[in-house]
Amino acid sequence: MSIDDRIAADQPKTFKFTAKNEKEIKRIIAKYPKGRQASAVMPLLDLAQRQHDNWIPMAAIEAIAHRLEMAEIRVLEVATFYTMFNLKPVGKYFLQACTTTPCWLRGSDEMMRCIKDRYNIASGQTSACGRFSLLEVECLGACVNAPILQVNDDFYEDLDYETTGALLDSLEADKPLPAGSVIGRSGSEARGGGTTLAAVKTGKASKSTAKKRGSAHA
Amino acid sequence: MLKDQDRIFTNIYGWAEPGLKAAKARGDWDGTAKLLKLGHDEIVERIKTSGLRGRGGAGFPTGLKWSFMPKEVKGRPHYLVVNADESEPGTCKDRDIIRHEPHKLLEGCVVAGFAMRSHAAYIYIRGEFVNEARRLQTAIDEAYDAGLLGKNAAKSGWDFDVYLHRGAGAYICGEETALLESLEGKKGQPRLKPPFPAGVGLYGCPTTVNNVESIAVAPTILRRGASWFAGLGKENNTGTKLFCISGHVNKPCNVEEEMGIPLRELLEKHAGGVRGGWDNLLAVIPGGSSTPLMPIDVCADITMDFDALREVGTGLGTAGIIVMDKSTDIVKAIARLSYFYKHESCGQCTPCREGTGWMWRMMERLVQGEAESHEIDTLEQVTRQIEGHTICALGDAAAWPIQGLIKHFRPEIERRIAARHAINAVAAAE
Repeated sequence: MSIDDRIAADQPKTFKFTAKNEKEIKRIIAKYPKGRQASAVMPLLDLAQRQHDNWIPMAAIEAIAHRLEMAEIRVLEVATFYTMFNLKPVGKYFLQACTTTPCWLRGSDEMMRCIKDRYNIASGQTSACGRFSLLEVECLGACVNAPILQVNDDFYEDLDYETTGALLDSLEADKPLPAGSVIGRSGSEARGGGTTLAAVKTGKASKSTAKKRGSAHA
Repeated sequence: MLKDQDRIFTNIYGWAEPGLKAAKARGDWDGTAKLLKLGHDEIVERIKTSGLRGRGGAGFPTGLKWSFMPKEVKGRPHYLVVNADESEPGTCKDRDIIRHEPHKLLEGCVVAGFAMRSHAAYIYIRGEFVNEARRLQTAIDEAYDAGLLGKNAAKSGWDFDVYLHRGAGAYICGEETALLESLEGKKGQPRLKPPFPAGVGLYGCPTTVNNVESIAVAPTILRRGASWFAGLGKENNTGTKLFCISGHVNKPCNVEEEMGIPLRELLEKHAGGVRGGWDNLLAVIPGGSSTPLMPIDVCADITMDFDALREVGTGLGTAGIIVMDKSTDIVKAIARLSYFYKHESCGQCTPCREGTGWMWRMMERLVQGEAESHEIDTLEQVTRQIEGHTICALGDAAAWPIQGLIKHFRPEIERRIAARHAINAVAAAE
């Protein structure tokens, strides 16, 4: 893929971090030793992306370079090296489907088929309604709960054709299902309750955590 | 089977709260200051005695690694860097430690950091783990509020800071020097070694990079005693280990078990066995995608530890076990891994940048049988020319799965080539 395909043709002229993010930037830079502020480049790119509808305009690259006293090209090469930085717009729901071998063995083809049946999009494309973008991604690191679909920040696990459809229904209604396993597993334990740590399971703490499942919004 | 009282990660499934109060009830942060009273070198000695080997894949003795750090802090500060960039296909154990047992990791940072005379740790977590990073940051904040991190951490007299740094989607940053480059704000391209990080690491300072699991088990080992840990598992392969069992088993899961447990016992006791029964097994990738696969006859009595798996030409790696039953298109399964490595090559070394793409395209042809038999040997030779000829081990990791496939499933590849030739011959005749 050439670099031109990855960067949006239509670019806003300016980009400014919000006052709240300015504060956050100070906190981030303070994590690293004096003079090592370049370490903050990835967190700042992430911050810019979150502020700007899930994609980073070139004006933000310039702002970050200026802020961290880096050459613009150094910031741009970081932004293009790492796959999580979007340099062109994506839909409100950014679907990242894992199809690496462990997910493939557990039926990621079915999950992909469901998405394609519904929106007629291939990896890298956005639906006609503009709300759903699909990207086929490499191993998401939740293989015992395969197959996995990441929707924005959340992992949806143990999917098949039907449950993927139900998940998409919930997104279309802007009422996303709770993140985590769609078949009721609380984490990575074997389906039906696991084979170890029975004493922990029956402890009184179990009820409150079951509701939160995979997603802990701190 | 390992008894529950010998399990280190008692909340690995998140059935109890991850927060500080519940973590303390599980025994975390119990007498941390007393552990530090042992002194820098005694902690290293005890970790050595326990036999703990790195849990990130290479299996290098953890205590020995710590001992490579300079014994005196001169002009440059020492750093501990925790590798939480878990991305090796088949591996998903560190995620569970981070989201359900974050305080084990944080206490481990204090203990390990102190042992190597460092006052700061950076935890590099993969970018996709957004919710996991939030939970870990919550735990860090809790620990600071309780005086367990920061100045005079846990009233030990030692100052210790922990910082969380999020990646952004690059498998290569799991390689320790690529991780350091990334942490410094650059593209994640591995560095030539030497110099090793213990001499010249983060910001040019002495640094040790350890996997999440290696760090998180350290406090428990010190509390319960090196001999307790060494008494579990097998000689030179001691202790407990988190295994990730994915693919064609009835109940995929993560589970903490004793090192050296027979593979078959592990799958049948904890993962509900192979789908369709043991005889329906085709092959197992034992330690994350880079480790060569084992066919059923090898799987039958293999034990899950570094040395036993090395003897049969594969490895324990991260203990990410990928199970494939007889319905699997084994050539396609490995071709998908070849695509993974092509996608994740950082592009720095020519053999890897060009070779991973070449191998993937060749593998796609083999899936269809669109090749000549002698090309299997060509492919095998190319894997040998990539392996060992690159700065980091990604080239090796891309080569090994293909080597394993050719070693054990050559007849299947040849069968496809013959079948394709037969179809093409019929088509040509018509």
